[in-house]
Amino acid sequence: MVCLTELQQKFGSQIVESHFRDNRRIDVPASTLLPLLTSLKTDYGFSMLVDLTAVDWLEYDGATDRFSVIYLLLNMDSGERLAVRVPVNLPEAVLPSVYGLWRGADWMEREVWDMFGISFSGHPDLRRILMPEEFDAFPLRKDYPLKGRGERHNFPVITRSGS
Amino acid sequence: MTDGRVPAGVSDGLLVWPLSMPLTPVDTLETASAEREYVWTLNFGPQHPATHTTLRLVLTLDGEKVLNAVPYIGYLHSGFEKLGEHLDFNQYVTIVDRMNYLSPLANEIAWHHTVEKLLGIELTPRCKYLRTILAELMRMHDHLLNLGTTALDLGGFTAFLYFFQQREHIYDIVELASGQRFHTSYTRVGGVLFDVNTDWINRVRKFIREFPKVYDEVDRLLTKNRIFVDRTKGIGYLSREEVINFSAVGPVARASGVERDLRRDEPYLAYADLDFDVICSRGGDCYARYLVRMQELLESLKIIEQAVENIPGGPVNIGVESDMVLPSKPSVYRSIEGLIQHFEVIMPNRGYDVPREQIYAATESPNGELGFYIVGNAETRAYRARTRPPSLIHFSMFPHMIRNHQLSDVVAVLGSINIIAAELDR
Repeated sequence: MVCLTELQQKFGSQIVESHFRDNRRIDVPASTLLPLLTSLKTDYGFSMLVDLTAVDWLEYDGATDRFSVIYLLLNMDSGERLAVRVPVNLPEAVLPSVYGLWRGADWMEREVWDMFGISFSGHPDLRRILMPEEFDAFPLRKDYPLKGRGERHNFPVITRSGS
Repeated sequence: MTDGRVPAGVSDGLLVWPLSMPLTPVDTLETASAEREYVWTLNFGPQHPATHTTLRLVLTLDGEKVLNAVPYIGYLHSGFEKLGEHLDFNQYVTIVDRMNYLSPLANEIAWHHTVEKLLGIELTPRCKYLRTILAELMRMHDHLLNLGTTALDLGGFTAFLYFFQQREHIYDIVELASGQRFHTSYTRVGGVLFDVNTDWINRVRKFIREFPKVYDEVDRLLTKNRIFVDRTKGIGYLSREEVINFSAVGPVARASGVERDLRRDEPYLAYADLDFDVICSRGGDCYARYLVRMQELLESLKIIEQAVENIPGGPVNIGVESDMVLPSKPSVYRSIEGLIQHFEVIMPNRGYDVPREQIYAATESPNGELGFYIVGNAETRAYRARTRPPSLIHFSMFPHMIRNHQLSDVVAVLGSINIIAAELDR
């Protein structure tokens, strides 16, 4: 088990721990994210990044930050899981990339960029992954409507005779 | 195309539209080989018989040697996670069905496993066993298709037909339980749609009796087949460290020596009561992944056999007093309490208490750890429903796995990592 006080000594007292069911989460500020994750990987054996995802808090009552990015870590030896949550806010929604720590973060970070518009500095190839490159919105943001903004209807259609 | 890249935008005066994504390679080529004049580019997909689904690879080839592969995905993206924010916990099960459509029930079980963890529901013993049987049937279902089509792509048509016939039997079993062959939408919060009867149990028993014969036949056809072994052994090698670093899970990870199986390490449903082995291999290549999947078929059969013989009686759903499940039809039609409860469960803006919390829970799906990250917001739909799709993570390893292999190995590697594009793109 990672000791919280140990982490707080190393990375400041802003690290907060919480539990829900069997999930253990720590909330960290973006400034200490990369050193913390590096330490979790090298010193505490969290060798696998299970998932990297984001949540848009726009319509959530009482939320103070616009986004959270969540890193789900797994210690392959002990089976311990840990979720690291970091708040991200507009207009500069940028986090350091963890591509250097876990190669698996490659497509996960691209997906978060594609869906939420949170960019990751230091990622070698941060392009859209699921949406086409010309797409100019971030569909999983809460201010993007479920029906879309007419992209499908305005899509240019090439007919056989017109080509 | 002498520089090894597809020209962007215009070719022969015709506007190529839509050029959905610019073709920048993920990993830059070694300049030495990129400057060679004979390096050429091959577009593999989006429609190709060996991709089995819709995905695209741009291969940079030196003769038949693959110097680089750049995957382009998103052709089947349909906003599943966005839909998950607008459909309630029971409605969204029809969408998760369509993620990994080779094992739809495994997705449903994973989804409701997470939802029930968020809500704090403890399932009835019968439901746990029933879902275990179905999850294992789905594992067999997925592995049978994967092994069959891998053999098909590598030239072994017979094994494909033998395994597909067995898949039909599993379809029949699932249809008997849920009324649907394919997209069953069978699980519900706190249970399943209908209970199963003894006919169903006998059908499963019959399948358990008959499957090993077909398995032996396919085993004899493929496992020591010279052509099959030559085309898979040493191909697409992944070391244990690479697999962990790439976040790979499931049979792909276990074939590289990672001893991890959520059924054993974080037991859910009835797995804690059942006796089974976690199949691992140190090979790390396509052949090892084939062997792991073949052995897992037998382990699944073992689990199903134990679960079917020990399935407890009693109700399959949690009690109606939980306010989360539909009451029985007779009580809806004949009592005011039943009618009120039906109304409360069905109508939007009614429903039950959902904690304003976040949770991640995962199950061992046929492809590996299939997890959901749900944010609850005091309503019966998720505020955020993130899927952790094993296919996406496995496909991101593909350029690494195929580099410096032959063109013909592309289908072997693609088959061995079992990419389901609907889950890949969601």
